[in-house]
Amino acid sequence: MYNEKVMDHFENPRNTGVIKDADGIGEEGNPQCGDIMKVFIKVKENVIEDIKFQTFGCGAAIASSSMATELVKGKTLEEAWDLSNKAVVEALEGLPPAKVHCSVLAEDAIHKAINDYRKKQGLPLFEETKREHHHHH
Amino acid sequence: MDDNKPLIYMDNAATTPTRTEVVSIMSEYMTEKFGNPSSLYSIAGDSREAVGKARKQVASAINADPKEIYFTSGGTESDNWAIKGAAFANQKSGNHIITTPIEHHAVLHTVEWLEKHGFEITYLPVDEYGLVDPKDFEEAITDKTILASVMFANNEIGTIEPVAELGKIAREKGVIFHTDAVQAIGHVPIDVEAMNIDMLSLSGHKFSGPKGTGALYIRKGVKVDPLMHGGAQERRRRAGTENVPGIAGLGLAIEIAVNNMPEESARISALRDRLTEGLLKIPKTHLNGHPEKRLPNNVNVVFEYIEGESILLMLNRKGICASTGSACTSDSLDASHVLKACNVPIEIAHGSLRLTLGEMNSDEDVDYVLNAVPGIVQKLRNMSPLTPEELRTAQ
Repeated sequence: MYNEKVMDHFENPRNTGVIKDADGIGEEGNPQCGDIMKVFIKVKENVIEDIKFQTFGCGAAIASSSMATELVKGKTLEEAWDLSNKAVVEALEGLPPAKVHCSVLAEDAIHKAINDYRKKQGLPLFEETKREHHHHH
Repeated sequence: MDDNKPLIYMDNAATTPTRTEVVSIMSEYMTEKFGNPSSLYSIAGDSREAVGKARKQVASAINADPKEIYFTSGGTESDNWAIKGAAFANQKSGNHIITTPIEHHAVLHTVEWLEKHGFEITYLPVDEYGLVDPKDFEEAITDKTILASVMFANNEIGTIEPVAELGKIAREKGVIFHTDAVQAIGHVPIDVEAMNIDMLSLSGHKFSGPKGTGALYIRKGVKVDPLMHGGAQERRRRAGTENVPGIAGLGLAIEIAVNNMPEESARISALRDRLTEGLLKIPKTHLNGHPEKRLPNNVNVVFEYIEGESILLMLNRKGICASTGSACTSDSLDASHVLKACNVPIEIAHGSLRLTLGEMNSDEDVDYVLNAVPGIVQKLRNMSPLTPEELRTAQ
């Protein structure tokens, strides 16, 4: 069902765990839907210096979390904010159509972590732009 | 992918491998004795005889008369035919049908369709183990009730329903009683006479017969309209050229399964109990279905804090084939309707694992699975935001 790239990120997920003194935390999903992603970021001079995640969910949810954290690590907050779920799917070399919503979960959790950080810093929050949402929850 | 991994097949409720002797007899009726049973020459006679023999084999497995056995394309067709056929043939007597919320979709989607055509459906509640209460059944019957369909054993959680009691009540009240016995046949004794069953569905590939084969038992005198219209096959009740190789294979497979049942059920249930016991040693793990009234081959557990598809993928990497009631394996994103009906909280139902044993499985397989699962559960729990701190191991 999944390609080798997805399976690699599922079996050897990058950046799992928590950052105890995180600068921003974002959580998306709920247990009833079968997917939750929690993201912790450490920010230095507007750059995501470190990122970790915890995920409850299917193979696609775990692989998307892993890939999304890889893609935003070392990026500025603006660059990280612009990461679309489409980019995550592309980096994973594709997900089955029914699983695309899992990549949206990763994007949303990262957005929440970024705005959590900005809120704590007293900065104006980034605004969600309209986008193609395949999220079923 | 590790090419040296073993194949531990524990998804026998989904399907079983076809026996070699079944394949041999099927091959014979494909290549040598390939005649159409409706024709007059001698190789057609061979095909007719094969169908007749299989009818006796199926009848004998459930204590029916061979004339009460009709061959179909599988469990789904049998369920559709039994329910739609009886509903329309008896609608002058009423429009009320009783079933349960834990039936296979072949039953549930059929009654939902009938609802759109003027029938009224009552779904009997089930308890936390998935059991129907015969008292509820009796109370649900009205003077409009024409048909009841309650599965013999549940495909997900393995719970065996009190079919004999339900059959007795149905008989006393003049309600046609159908049971989907797809998962039960070959695993537990079934006697349509003693259990007052009027119609029974079965499917060949669940007991080492071929896929695409099945049968419906219809008690003599029960009014059932045909589902398939066309030729005069199956005594004008199910049109279409007989799938002679499939029917011959189904007949042989059911005979072997029922002959082997006493010994095999004892062996498999011992494996099941050891597997269940071992899995339940993992903290925050619970058994789904009834602890005793369950199929000898069915183990269904839930691991809290993790999700079923992830478990299956990791098991697959170790060569273990299993199943889950998790939403993520289907397009609907709804957790198993069976676990929901048993009041398993939805977030927990996502972490279910079904292992269904079969002839291929041995003590070594159980050891292998019991060795593999705890590490997988721990790995996923370490990754899950829901896991309580005390269940985490250092990463």
